[in-house]
Order: sequence, then C-alpha cells, then structure tokens
Amino acid sequence: MLEISRLNVEFTTERGVIKALRDVDLEVPRGSIVGVVGESGCGKSTMINSIIGLLAHNAAVRSGSITFEGSDLLQKSQRELRDIRGTRISMVFQDPMTALNPVLSIGAQMTDIQYRDPIGMAQKKQRSIRMLSRVGIPDPETRLENYPHQFSGGMRQRIAIAMALQAEPALLIADEPTTALDATLEVQIIHRLKDLQQSMGCSILFISHHLGVIAELCDFVVVMYGGEVVERGTVRDIFHRPAHPYTIKLLECDPARIAETTRALPTIPGEIPDLVNLPPGCIFADRCDRCIKVCREQIPQTTEFAEHHWARCHLAGSMAET
Amino acid sequence: MSATEISAQATQMPATWQNVWRALKRVLREPLGALGFGLVMFVLVSAIGADFFAPFEPNKIDIRAKLQPPSAEHYLGTDQLGRDIYSRVLVGGRIALKVSLVSIGIALVIGLTLGLIAGYGPRWLDNSLMLLFDSVRSFPTVMFALAVVTLFGPSLTTVMIVVIVTQIPIYGRMVRSQTQALRDAEFILAERAMGAGFFRIIAMHILPNVVGPLLILASMDIPFVITIEAGLSFLGMGVRPPTPSWGTILNDGYSYIYNTPWPVIAGGIPVILTTLGFTFLGESLRDVFDPKLRKEI
Repeated sequence: MLEISRLNVEFTTERGVIKALRDVDLEVPRGSIVGVVGESGCGKSTMINSIIGLLAHNAAVRSGSITFEGSDLLQKSQRELRDIRGTRISMVFQDPMTALNPVLSIGAQMTDIQYRDPIGMAQKKQRSIRMLSRVGIPDPETRLENYPHQFSGGMRQRIAIAMALQAEPALLIADEPTTALDATLEVQIIHRLKDLQQSMGCSILFISHHLGVIAELCDFVVVMYGGEVVERGTVRDIFHRPAHPYTIKLLECDPARIAETTRALPTIPGEIPDLVNLPPGCIFADRCDRCIKVCREQIPQTTEFAEHHWARCHLAGSMAET
Repeated sequence: MSATEISAQATQMPATWQNVWRALKRVLREPLGALGFGLVMFVLVSAIGADFFAPFEPNKIDIRAKLQPPSAEHYLGTDQLGRDIYSRVLVGGRIALKVSLVSIGIALVIGLTLGLIAGYGPRWLDNSLMLLFDSVRSFPTVMFALAVVTLFGPSLTTVMIVVIVTQIPIYGRMVRSQTQALRDAEFILAERAMGAGFFRIIAMHILPNVVGPLLILASMDIPFVITIEAGLSFLGMGVRPPTPSWGTILNDGYSYIYNTPWPVIAGGIPVILTTLGFTFLGESLRDVFDPKLRKEI
C-alpha cells in the first residue's frame, strides 16, 4: 500500500550536501505494522517527513518514488498532499507533552481537525467522545473541556492517537510514540494501538528505538543505518536470523538480552559516518568487526535470503548460513 | 470563515468566559491587583459617565469666579477662565481613554497582523518588516511626535497617529518572536501533519498562544499613551483648546502656578492614578497568566 523505492534525499547546508537518505526501499503492506529501528540521525525522521511532504526548506528529494494507494506522493502538489494528510495518512509524535496546543481545550482541538467533514458541531463532538473512549480515556464527555496540561503524559498520547485515528486513515505513522513514556504506559499504549489497528484495519509505520516494542507490535522490521536501509525482514527473521552485522550488534546491545550483571552496557564502538563525505564502500565498514577489503571499496548490493528478508552486506550470504 | 468554524468558536465561549472569571478572581486576590483593578474601573466609570457626573459644562466661562480654590460648588476649584476644573478633569479623562484605547486597539490589530506575517512568512518578508519596525523604533517618540505635529498640525487625530505608528513595531516585534518560537513547536508540526493549512494554523493555533501576552503588554502601555497625550497637550501640540484634556489642564495651571496650585494638582492626580491603575493591573495580569511567575497553581 505504501511503497518507497530508491528514495534519495539531500540537505544543502553550509558544510556541504548531506546525503541523508540513500536508495531507501521500504514497503508497508495493507493492514500490517512495519517497525523501523536505527540510532539517532539514521534518517528515520527524514523518511517520515518525505512521506508526509513536510521536509525542511533546505531538503530536496533527488530521486526515487513514494507510492501510496497507487499514486506517487512526490509528484503531488502541496494542496493534494494536504488533502491526504490527516485523512489517509496520519501521524502520532514522540513527545505527548508538546504535541497538543497548550491553550486550546482537547474538545476544541479534536473538533477542529474534523474541519473537512460536512457534519454539524454536535456530531463532531459525538465522534470525538467516541474516539476518546476507544483509546481508553475515562469520562470523555467532561474531559473534552479540559486542557492538555490537565492530562498525564500517557493520557495525552492516547488523545494524540485518538486525533490521528479519528479520520480512519489507511496509514498511521507513529514516530517513537512511546519513547517519552514509562515502561508500564508503553505496554498499555502498544496494546491499545494494536487493538485499534486490528479493528480499523489500517497499516502502521512504527518508529522506535525500543527493540522489545518492535518485537511485540510489528509484523515486519526495517533496520536503518546512516541513511540506508541495511536489513529488512519479518520480526522472526530479524530477531532470530539477523543477517547484517549492524542488526546483530543492535540486538546484542538490547539491555533486555543481557543475562548477567554488568558494569558496562554493551555498545557499538565508533560513530556514524559523516554523511557529507561518504566512505566509498559499505556505510557500516568503520564500526564493523567483520569488515574485509571489499567492504571498504564497494557499496554492497542487496542480498535476499527469503521472501521479505534481505540485507545489504557483502558477507550477508555467508553469515546467514553460519 | 465557514459556518462550522463560527459555531466551533461559539461552543468555546463558555469555557473562555469561565477562564476570564477565574483570572479576574486571581487578580483581585493580590492587593496590588485589586488596587489596580479598582483604579481602572474608577477611571473607566468616571470617563464614561463624565457628562452625567460633571456639575458644570466643562467649557463654560465664568470670568468672575476665576482661579478659585476647591469649594462646595467647585470641587477642584476653577481655572483662569473660571471653568470648573472637576468637570474638565472628568471630560478630559474621556479624551485620554479614547486616545489610548482607540490608538492602542488599532496598533494592536496592525502589529499583530504584521507580526504574524513576519514570524510565519518567508524570510525576505520578515527581514523587510523588521527593517521597517527598527527604522520607526529608532526615532525618539517625542521628536517623531513633534515632527508629525509640525507636518499635520496639532489635533487629537495627530496624537493618535503618533501613538499608533510608534506602538505598532513594539507589538509587531513581540508577536513575531512568539510566532517564530511557536512555528517549530511540535503541535504545529502535528497540525500540519494532520493537513491543516496556513490560515488554520495561524488562526486556530498561533493566535490564541500569542494574544494573551500581547493584551497584557497593551494594558501596560495604556498609561504610557495617556502620558504622551498629556505631554503633547501640555506642549500645546495635542488637543486644541478649549477641549479639556489632562495635559491642557496642567498646561493652563502651570501658567498660573504662582496664583494657585490647585489646577496643577487637579490635572496631575488623575494622570498619576490612571498610570498606576493600569500598571498594577497589567503587572498582576502578567503574573496570573505567566506560569513561570504564578505563585499557586
């Protein structure tokens, strides 16, 4: 339903051209939840902003396509994109503390975003109440009058989800929706999202740092590193048969996997490469402990192991076997 | 604006009035806030009811009763033409309030619009508006006022034009910086991701965030404007005689200060009271609305 292929996005800065996304391929099948993992600065947000057409002024899409429901979003005018945003594609943001307007009541904001629908005020209000109760806000009629600061973080994130799903979009983009919440709330929000997704039949593009959440919620996982998609597969593939060294490292660093008491959390040594002056070979070569000569010279091609499971690594084939 | 949007605002009204009432209660709880509110109400009532309260026609000349001290007949005495100063102070208050409220209101609307455009619009527009604001701001107010008066002649309208032109950059700058801080806020991005357009974001989301601080700033500017009017009238550059104004009362009294001090006192006290009243009210409003300064939640 959503298909990104060979997407290249660049930022023009004083330091030079930052190649923020390079040949990004991503597919969100209808009714599925796709998780995107990767460390900060790997291009997750740039990818989202390209989908909804809200890239910064100094960003430019060099090539590629983003096909959504049969048409290329990159070819659409800002007007056409605006008609899609909030109706067919919606978004939930990371920080529920700042994602709502502090000076408007929840009811005012929820009815305002329904401005496209030719229905009366009372009906809009009814729909808001229904939506709030669906995300589990108790006593929604009276809570509509409240302002964002009168809600807790978890409640606000539910309100944000209610607002995003109000128009029953085909695709929900969730940009680290649980990062700012504590672990208990995180689980609640995740289960709520999954329930809503199943009852509405929409797809979710779910961005997260948290591997546990990804494993719990998603059908497919996309691993990004330094502006590239390095591996893609089903949750089972990625967690049980990771093929790219970066994915393997990432899984090893997950605190949930540590079995023994340790003083130092495992990390991946090194830093993300400079995206202005790219290395000639594999983007991960500098930090990879299996790096060989060819990694420094050639950009690896996609190796497919199974249906839906592929990685971009020179050694991918040999590693999957071992 | 469509019918649905208007009805959307209508349903918000009760909550808004409730908030106004709650804010007012908090203002009245502070001694200075209560004093400021009381003074402002006092000045407003006496200005609006000036014709009703004034015992004499403010311009009626009675040369035999000139320069009298306060008495049961003339509460604040009479001036050099035998006019009742109490009546003139009341009517003069109406002029002072008219100048300040009308000109600040106009400056507010224009400053708000330009500030929103500068803050949310493209950079070249922002730069040119800022250049304009800074150029106007770089003139000293009094010099600018004298220049305008020389060009157009002294009148109430000239005073108002001076006030409007000098206040617009102040409001414009403030709205611009607030808008710039807001336009990258996550909830604005969220609204854009929900498909909200330019006008919806400005009207629904940026305006309500900006308008509160702006009104507080404006309420604290009212005394400044009253002193400009009084000052220009005192210099003979404002309201033309025989129209009563606090500035002209002061000016007339100043010429006869060796004969009697009463006209100067009677003309000066309302200026002081009004200035204090609006300043106290403005400051306590700021305390109430600024969460960082709020003493209690």
